[in-house]
Amino acid sequence: MALIEARELSRVYSLDAGRVVALDRIDLDIDAGDMVAIMGPSGSGKSTLMNLIGCLDKPTGGAYRLDGVMVDRLDANGLAKLRNQKIGFVFQQFNLLPRADAATNAELPMLYAGLDRKARRKRALDALARVGLADRWHHRPMQLSGGQQQRVAIARALVNDPRLLLADEPTGALDSKTALDILALFQRLNREGMTVVIVTHDPEVARHARRVVRFRDGRIISDQRQEPARAEEGLKELQAEAAA
Amino acid sequence: MSLMEALRSAFQAITANALRSILTMLGIIIGVAAVIAMVAIGSGAKARVNDQIRSLGANLAIISAGNVQVGGVRLGVGASSSLTDEDARAIKREVEGVEAAAPFIRSQAQAIYQGTNWSTAIQAVDNDFFMAREWDMASGRGFDPEELRRGEIVAILGQTVARTLFGSDDPLDQIVRVRNTPFKVIGVAASKGQSAFGQDQDDIIFVPLETGRRRIMGRNYAKDRSVASVFVKFEQEATMVHGIEEIRALLRQRHRLAEDAEDDFTIRNLTEIANTATASARTLSFLLAAVAAVSLLVGGIGIMNIMLVSVTERTREIGLRLAVGARPRDVLSQFLIEATTLASIGGALGVALGLGIAVAIARTAGWPVLVSPESVLIAVGVSGLVGVFFGFYPARRAAKLDPIEALRRE
Repeated sequence: MALIEARELSRVYSLDAGRVVALDRIDLDIDAGDMVAIMGPSGSGKSTLMNLIGCLDKPTGGAYRLDGVMVDRLDANGLAKLRNQKIGFVFQQFNLLPRADAATNAELPMLYAGLDRKARRKRALDALARVGLADRWHHRPMQLSGGQQQRVAIARALVNDPRLLLADEPTGALDSKTALDILALFQRLNREGMTVVIVTHDPEVARHARRVVRFRDGRIISDQRQEPARAEEGLKELQAEAAA
Repeated sequence: MSLMEALRSAFQAITANALRSILTMLGIIIGVAAVIAMVAIGSGAKARVNDQIRSLGANLAIISAGNVQVGGVRLGVGASSSLTDEDARAIKREVEGVEAAAPFIRSQAQAIYQGTNWSTAIQAVDNDFFMAREWDMASGRGFDPEELRRGEIVAILGQTVARTLFGSDDPLDQIVRVRNTPFKVIGVAASKGQSAFGQDQDDIIFVPLETGRRRIMGRNYAKDRSVASVFVKFEQEATMVHGIEEIRALLRQRHRLAEDAEDDFTIRNLTEIANTATASARTLSFLLAAVAAVSLLVGGIGIMNIMLVSVTERTREIGLRLAVGARPRDVLSQFLIEATTLASIGGALGVALGLGIAVAIARTAGWPVLVSPESVLIAVGVSGLVGVFFGFYPARRAAKLDPIEALRRE
C-alpha cells in the first residue's frame, strides 16, 4: 500500500471572480521510501497539492489517504494531529522562532505531542545531531547561517519521527553550494528510509529526486522515474572548481 | 502543552517586549491600585470614626454658649455666657430621651505637686459628665453630691497628669495645688487616649463645677452661674435629631429670645459629625471605585489592542505552530494565557502600588492601615478575569487563522 494515495483529487476555489480549479481530478500514489520532486510553474497546482498532501487544506473533491488514514473525513483537530504525527514540514523561509534557540525550535512539534520536557530536549538534541548541528543547539536563528537555519528546521521536522518529509522550495533562499548541502542531507535521510517530497520549480533541485512529477494547469503532465544526481558529488565538483 | 509551559512561554513573550507590556498593564495597574487603596481607605476611615465615637461616647451632642453658625463677624463659641447649669438641668428634666446633660467649663492652669509642676487642662464638671462621656474611674471615686453642691476642693486626675506629677506613687488623698488652692485628689480617671484631633484626653484635672467657678475660672462664671458648654447624651441615636430641636426650643424659651432673634447658643450633633466623616469616606470610596472600574475597562481594552497587534505580528509563528500540529484550541489557550498573565502581572503590580498609596494616606490621615487579604485576592482575580475577557477575542482570531494563509503572510 502506498504512503500517499490521491484519487480524483480536486481543489476548487470559489472567488468573487468565479471558480478557479487549482487541482483537477488528479490520481497520484507515492510509495514509502521514495524521493519525489513535484514540479511546475507557479499557478500549476503544485502548491495546492502540497497543502493537500500536508493536510493543511481539504480537497473539494476526490479522496486522499495518508498512511492509510482517510484525510478528507477529519476535522481541524484530526488534521492537526495527523500533521503532528506523520508529517515533517520544511519551508523556504525556515520559519524558526527568532527568540528561541535551536533546541527549543526543534522541540516545537513535540510540545503539541504532549511529551515532557526531558524527553523533548533529548529528542531535539538527537535530531540536531542527525543534521550535523549537535554543537549549535543553544544558538539562536540570528546567530546561524541560512544553511544552518534550514538544518534546524529539518531537525524540527524530524523530531516526531514522521512518515513523510514535505519540503516546499527548501533551497529557494540558499546559495547553490548550501542548496547542495541541504539536498545531500535529504538524500541521506531518504537512504535511511524517510519518504521525501520536495515541491520546487527548480530543475536543478528536481535532478536529485528519484521521481519527478510535473504539473500544469492543475493536472499532471508527466511522471518519470530517473537516476538521481548525487548531491555529495556535486559538492565535490564545486570544491574542485573553487580550487582550480 | 501543559499549563506550566504555557505560562513560561507567556512570560517570554511578555518580557520580550517589556516596555510595551508595562504600558499595556498601566490601566490594570492603576485600576487595581485604586481598588486596594479604596478598600484600605474605606475601612481605615471607618475604624477611625468608630474609635472616635467610642472615645467620645455614643449619641452625644454638645451645646456651646454663643453662636458661630451664622455668617459675618460674630462672637465665638463660649464668648457669651448665656448657658447655665440650670439650662442643663432643665434639658435633662424636660426633653425626652436625654440620659445625661453635663455642663462644664474648661480652662488651662498650672498644677503643682511638691517640686513638680505641670500645665494642664482644668475641667469643671458634675457627675453627668462622666456618664455622658462614658468615662470610668481607674481608682478612687467620683464626686459625691455634697462635694458638688458645696463646691469642695477635691479633684480627679487624668492618667497623664497622675503619671507626670506622681510617677509611680499613689496620688489618692494627696494634695495638688492649682492657682494657690490645695485640691485633695479623690480619684484617677481611666485612660481615654488621643482624641480625633490628636489631643491627649488624659492630660486633664476634673474639679466640681461649683469649685471650678469659684476658685479657678474667674468671676464671670461665678456671677451668673453660667457654663461654657453642655454635653447631652441621648438614650438612642434615633431620637437625637428630634431631641435637639426640642432642646433648641427649650433654650430659646428659657433665654427669652424674640421670634426673629438668632440663637445665642450652638448645638452640634457629634454622632452626626462622625457619621458625616463616614459618609465622606464612603464618597471617596465610590469615587475610587469609579476610577477603578474605568481604569480596568481601559486597561482591558489596552490589553485587547496589544494582543491584536501581537497576533498580527506573529501570524507566521501561528501558521507554523498550526502546521506542526497545534490544534486551534492550543493557539487559543496560548494567547488567552498570555493576555491573562499580562493582566495578572499588572494586577500584582497594582496591588503593590495600592498598598503604597494606602500606607501613605493612612500615615497622613493618622488612621490604621487596613488592607484585607480578600481585597488583594479579589483585585488580582478581577484583573485576571479582565485578561480572559479582553484576551478572548484576539485569541480566537489567532486560533481561527488558516495555516496556509498565515504561513504565507510576510
